[in-house]
Amino acid sequence: MSKLTISLSPHVHGGDSVQKNMYGVCIALLPALIASFCFFGLGAVKVMLASVLSCVFFEWAITKFILKRDRLTILDGSAILTGLLLGFNLPSNLPIWIVILGALFAIGVGKLTFGGLGQNIFNPALAGRVFLLISFPVQMTSWSDNVFDKIDGYSGATPLSLMQKAILEKDASILNDLPSSLEMFLGQTEGSMGEVSALLLLIGCAFMLWRKIITWHIPVSIIATVLVFSGLLHLANPIYANPLQVIFSGGMILGACYMATDYVTSPMSHKGQLIFGVCIGLLTVVIRNWGAYPEGMSFAIIIMNAFTPLINVYCKPKRFGEVIGKEAAK
Amino acid sequence: MNNIKVFLNGLIKENPTFVLLLGMCPTLGTTSSALNGMSMGLATMAVLVFSNFIIALIKNLIPDMVRIPCYIVVIASLVTILQMLIKAYAPGVDAALGLFIPLIVVNCIILGRAEAFAAKNGAIPSIFDGLGIGLGFTWALTLLGACRELLGTGKVFNITCFPEQYGALLFVLAPGAFIVLGYLIAVFNKIKKA
Amino acid sequence: MKKLKSTLPNMAIVLTSIALIAGLALGYVNSVTAGPIEQIKAKQLSDGIKAVLAADEVVVETPDTLESGAIIYQTDKGVAVQATDPNGFGGKLSVLVGFNEEGLIQGYQVLETSETPGLGAKAGEWFQKGQKGDIIGKQAGNLTVSKDGGEVDAITASTITSRAFLRCVNAAYEALSEREQEDAQTGATQQIKEETEVTNE
Repeated sequence: MSKLTISLSPHVHGGDSVQKNMYGVCIALLPALIASFCFFGLGAVKVMLASVLSCVFFEWAITKFILKRDRLTILDGSAILTGLLLGFNLPSNLPIWIVILGALFAIGVGKLTFGGLGQNIFNPALAGRVFLLISFPVQMTSWSDNVFDKIDGYSGATPLSLMQKAILEKDASILNDLPSSLEMFLGQTEGSMGEVSALLLLIGCAFMLWRKIITWHIPVSIIATVLVFSGLLHLANPIYANPLQVIFSGGMILGACYMATDYVTSPMSHKGQLIFGVCIGLLTVVIRNWGAYPEGMSFAIIIMNAFTPLINVYCKPKRFGEVIGKEAAK
Repeated sequence: MNNIKVFLNGLIKENPTFVLLLGMCPTLGTTSSALNGMSMGLATMAVLVFSNFIIALIKNLIPDMVRIPCYIVVIASLVTILQMLIKAYAPGVDAALGLFIPLIVVNCIILGRAEAFAAKNGAIPSIFDGLGIGLGFTWALTLLGACRELLGTGKVFNITCFPEQYGALLFVLAPGAFIVLGYLIAVFNKIKKA
Repeated sequence: MKKLKSTLPNMAIVLTSIALIAGLALGYVNSVTAGPIEQIKAKQLSDGIKAVLAADEVVVETPDTLESGAIIYQTDKGVAVQATDPNGFGGKLSVLVGFNEEGLIQGYQVLETSETPGLGAKAGEWFQKGQKGDIIGKQAGNLTVSKDGGEVDAITASTITSRAFLRCVNAAYEALSEREQEDAQTGATQQIKEETEVTNE
């Protein structure tokens, strides 16, 4: 994309389509998906299947019976992707009926209420997750043990809640219980299904960058902001966790690479995407450290989703031949 | 005949919540249950009927340039009287709605009806307008509260419809108010068109 | 009747007289309702004290407000202390705790709360006798939730509320023991005075 050549038709079609991009993201998620099945076992398979199937079902049922549209949209891959991402955001021992409710909220309220793919303001999978997190906080934060768990029966304390506890009690020694950043990077921590292996998510992200499904702007700006902000906090006061541990914990990588980069709900221009990413990074650290919930990624992305139209207005690329500023006023 | 028309107008055609979208603060803030919504609606209706009546009576005594302060003095006095009465004789309602009662003063429905109806019509039609708009507000708030209570806790008017652990807490909290209100307005528009 | 013109005297007279009439009406209603409102407040308080002390009838002496903001109600059946913590999940949390003669927790009642319904708002039942986080009959002072190494089970998914609640209970106990110390001191000085008087003779 170094030079844009404008010429008369006929044009060659780039071969890009909704399907191609959506299935591309799904392929990128495969390594992490297989890893989460290995880590969490049968429960993960059930939750993931329930999530994907019910998302596709609600997409089909609502477009057919409530919106009464003829065109089927279930094959464009967007509902499958929403289901996958929603599943990644849930603990593997979540009751199936809660998964189905989440899918109904994600597709029904998050997506089709606004008119379907391309018109939704919020990322549907995140809308579903946030709905479930607020509605069923008990079930959404009881994590099952994964196979690498070192201490038996030690559930409930994810790295994120340990970090928040350290800040709350102003006691840096609590952070010693955290797994090392290398362990977190490879995936030996507790959490939702997609929160466990940063390495495999990053491999998928590299695949998407190679296939030009996403650009580097959003993920890099989010992660760099978090790295700098939490690094400064860590230097100022050791009760704040090591920035590397912050990045590899929770849904940071999943959110930065797969959820914030959703085409529909992120800004269009590269400049806008950088603003978007920096704001998400700042909000995430603020919510994680001083908010009521231990994980801030999903809330930060949802909040910035709401700002996306505004960012688009302010970062409009200059139209060819347009005169801007003082010249126009004359 | 005309009065009945005025009364029905507020119930559906100019429903303050679903059509005029007035008084959103109490609408969203107090409807965490059907009972709370209904109490708020009735309290607002009581103030509205009296303020409409009094303002229609004294409208010719009020010079145009100071009409808004005059209306506000009347409305604020009525709300304060209502608050004292509720505190003295209905402590249960006071515990549930205490915070929101003084806010009736700034509910734009009341000032809006004073300005749009009571200042132009006689005392009797103004009472009917107050009743109509007030009841319209009440049923809208009750419905909104009932939906939120049902989805959030599995109960309506404290009668259990399904076990509480299946309720989605979100609907009892503030975001649920916005979401349910949005869907109710959509349904209301759909029915009105049909 | 014709509408009054917006001249300055007209406006001043009308506004003043409306405000005057409104003021008179408010004054009248206030004088009528002041009595019942006081009664209801007193009844709510005594009901609360009765509930936390598990007694049918109590005689309440004049309440004693400490510097920390805690209010102590001395009764013939035990002591009830109202304590407040500003850092609940949703804001201020105010609890009335009853203590028996040995200083053990007799009962409690949440007076003011803005906790999340269905989660933190469960504090009203969660810590009662026979419930999961039972604190009745325990020694207050340094109660903590099991997550922080204490012996009280926190409300599921509401650790922050539970912590704030236990801080209230502990603060209530501290207020009580603080007052007892003061009493003991003043009692002691009185005794010394009496002794000196004796020696003087």
